[in-house]
Amino acid sequence: MRLSWTDPTLRNIVWQVLIIGAVAALVWYLVRNTERNLAARHIAGGWAFLWQPASIPIGEAPIAYIPSVSTYGRALLIGILNTLKVSVVGVVLATVLGTFVGIGRLSPNWLLARISAVYVEVVRDIPLLLQLFFWYGLLQAFPPPRQAFNPITGLFLSNRGIRFPALEWEPAHGFALAMFAVGLVVTWFWTRFADRRQQATGVRPPTWPVALAALVVLPVAVWAALGAPFHLDLPALRGFNFQGGLTVTPEYAALLIGLVVYTATYIAEIVRSGLLAVPHGQWEAGGALGLPRGVVLRRIVLPQSLRIIIPPMASQYLNLIKNSSLAVGIGYQDIVSIADTTLNQTGQAIEGVTIIMLVYLTFSITISVFMNWYNARIALKER
Amino acid sequence: MSATALRPARAFDPVGWARANLFNAWWSSALTLVLIYAIVRALWGFIRWGFVHAVYSVPTGANGVPQTGVCQAAGVGACWAVIPEKIRFILFAFYPFDQQWRPALCCALFVALYAISANRFFWRRELALIWVGTLVVVGILMWGGVFGLPYVPQYKWGGLPLTLILATLGLAAAFPLAVLVALGRRAANLPAVRLLCVIYVEIIRGAPLIAWLFMATVMFPLFMPEGVDIDKILAAQVAIILFAAAYLAEVVRAGLQSLPRGQSEAADALGLGYWRKMRLIILPQALRLVIPPLVNTFIGFFKDTSLVLIVGIFDLLKAGTTAVADPPWQGQANEVYLFLAVIYFAFCFAMSKYSKGLEREFDRSRRH
Repeated sequence: MRLSWTDPTLRNIVWQVLIIGAVAALVWYLVRNTERNLAARHIAGGWAFLWQPASIPIGEAPIAYIPSVSTYGRALLIGILNTLKVSVVGVVLATVLGTFVGIGRLSPNWLLARISAVYVEVVRDIPLLLQLFFWYGLLQAFPPPRQAFNPITGLFLSNRGIRFPALEWEPAHGFALAMFAVGLVVTWFWTRFADRRQQATGVRPPTWPVALAALVVLPVAVWAALGAPFHLDLPALRGFNFQGGLTVTPEYAALLIGLVVYTATYIAEIVRSGLLAVPHGQWEAGGALGLPRGVVLRRIVLPQSLRIIIPPMASQYLNLIKNSSLAVGIGYQDIVSIADTTLNQTGQAIEGVTIIMLVYLTFSITISVFMNWYNARIALKER
Repeated sequence: MSATALRPARAFDPVGWARANLFNAWWSSALTLVLIYAIVRALWGFIRWGFVHAVYSVPTGANGVPQTGVCQAAGVGACWAVIPEKIRFILFAFYPFDQQWRPALCCALFVALYAISANRFFWRRELALIWVGTLVVVGILMWGGVFGLPYVPQYKWGGLPLTLILATLGLAAAFPLAVLVALGRRAANLPAVRLLCVIYVEIIRGAPLIAWLFMATVMFPLFMPEGVDIDKILAAQVAIILFAAAYLAEVVRAGLQSLPRGQSEAADALGLGYWRKMRLIILPQALRLVIPPLVNTFIGFFKDTSLVLIVGIFDLLKAGTTAVADPPWQGQANEVYLFLAVIYFAFCFAMSKYSKGLEREFDRSRRH
């Protein structure tokens, strides 16, 4: 290395030192200001607040929670669970709706294609928050519990949410569920066996009777053998609200509908472009081999389009999870909402933001690890 | 004989068209019938709500309060009277009533700015000057305090101009930052700078915008030295800029990556320095490639500016929801939501049509 400005290595080092130095100076300046301001406001850093009782009222808690008794840590955990609750269901439903709409846009039926296109174009050009307000308003416009809609026995639609019957859990249901799990494993092994058999002999042993027996007949037989218990916990009006059954709150329902309807438009576009990206010759070649159209779609076209679909799909799933933070606009208490309340009550801004960051980072890393694994599994196997 | 004369006559054949596109199989026919039924039902319901049973004006009571009783009666559809009554508030929020021509002019300026930027004739260096000039004029109009315009403090701003300012200024400031970050992330011989850019992009993209807005309103006052007060709108604007820059940087990076290596090597062979190479050779080509995804990102951020209402800023959406919180108009949320949706849709749809047109054009030129 020469000590000269014309030496690229030296120049690079100087530039990096300068840039990193400037950023470090800025960070140091901000940190010092923050420390002074926190000291002036008598806010001590640290995580001790997690074990203090929280005075946050929480409307929807999947685990037990008592305001002013339970801790901030527990409140934040409820926030995480609420985010998960809406995100997981949302991802599944948005994928289903989006796939249907994406395929619908390519349908030979002109009307279906047009409707799908209009849906996608209109819904994705309106802010999600506005859509959430609309859905929430719609769900709140239901009558109060006493005049609730009762379309079928046990189902009540009111401004307190959707109330529906719950199955009273008996040991027999557990055994039937376990049998179903066993059935899944059996089906999986049988399908693999059938694949190998087909490769070796060209004849595929029947798979659907085995699947039917393992997944439906056996669990039902177990359930029937244990006396076929079936009791529903029906909701009933007592006083001003319902007792029994399960509830979907208007906040949760509005957020879920909004997220699904909005994200499905993006997923539909991904699915559509993925299917369009597979050359038409693939369809024709499959047809020339004498394969039925459904098999061509399943065995030839879909596996190829999935390679194009999966990466953008992963980022849409992440968007859905991040967009679930709009919950705060309609009063559903997700992690951002509860962390924000915590941070306002305790003044622990840095800790609150760190928690939000860690939670979303965990989600995004989990999704990208899973999607990378899946992508690697379906990737083109080249020599 | 010319080629046109050989072409078969294109007679419009509705029956044939319907058979081919609506009734081409038994399931398709069934689907068509079901869809026609659903569309007719929905449209009829909407027409009855929005037009047949709608109320277009309400009488004003003795105390100046509108008598909205007619809107609450059973069987009444939309109450469009809310829109003319509240439109000034929805569009301009708390801006002084007699000065509202100023934000209105700002909105017009912004629309003109978008139209100019969309025109390829103006894609040259002077465009940056036009942007700076427009933003300065908008600042003068909104704040006032000079040329005889009364001063209007920031906390009174709101409605559509605020949404447009947050979006436009946000993108105008985020874009140069995004280009720098994208270049930093691609700088192979500056590992420390590259790491810095990666950390910035990944951290920002790790959490949702709402979290950053909360953080900005809570943390920025802590960042400032004593005595410096940071305004809520400014905090949100900075958060939007930093957030948008991370996403735009990824789009720009994709453009840089898709450029063949030979371009960079050729620039090196000509003896161009790094900045001249980027400015003259790499960026003009790379940015051109990513204009359609850039416009799509712009659309996303235009919609996302509505999130600032969560931290209590009176953007278009917040002004709309506040308008229907007024007791006489409390039942008329859907009318106002529809009105807001049309405004947002108009901006976003124009942008997305534009980006689709560009995409088609680029595809065409690439094929030749």
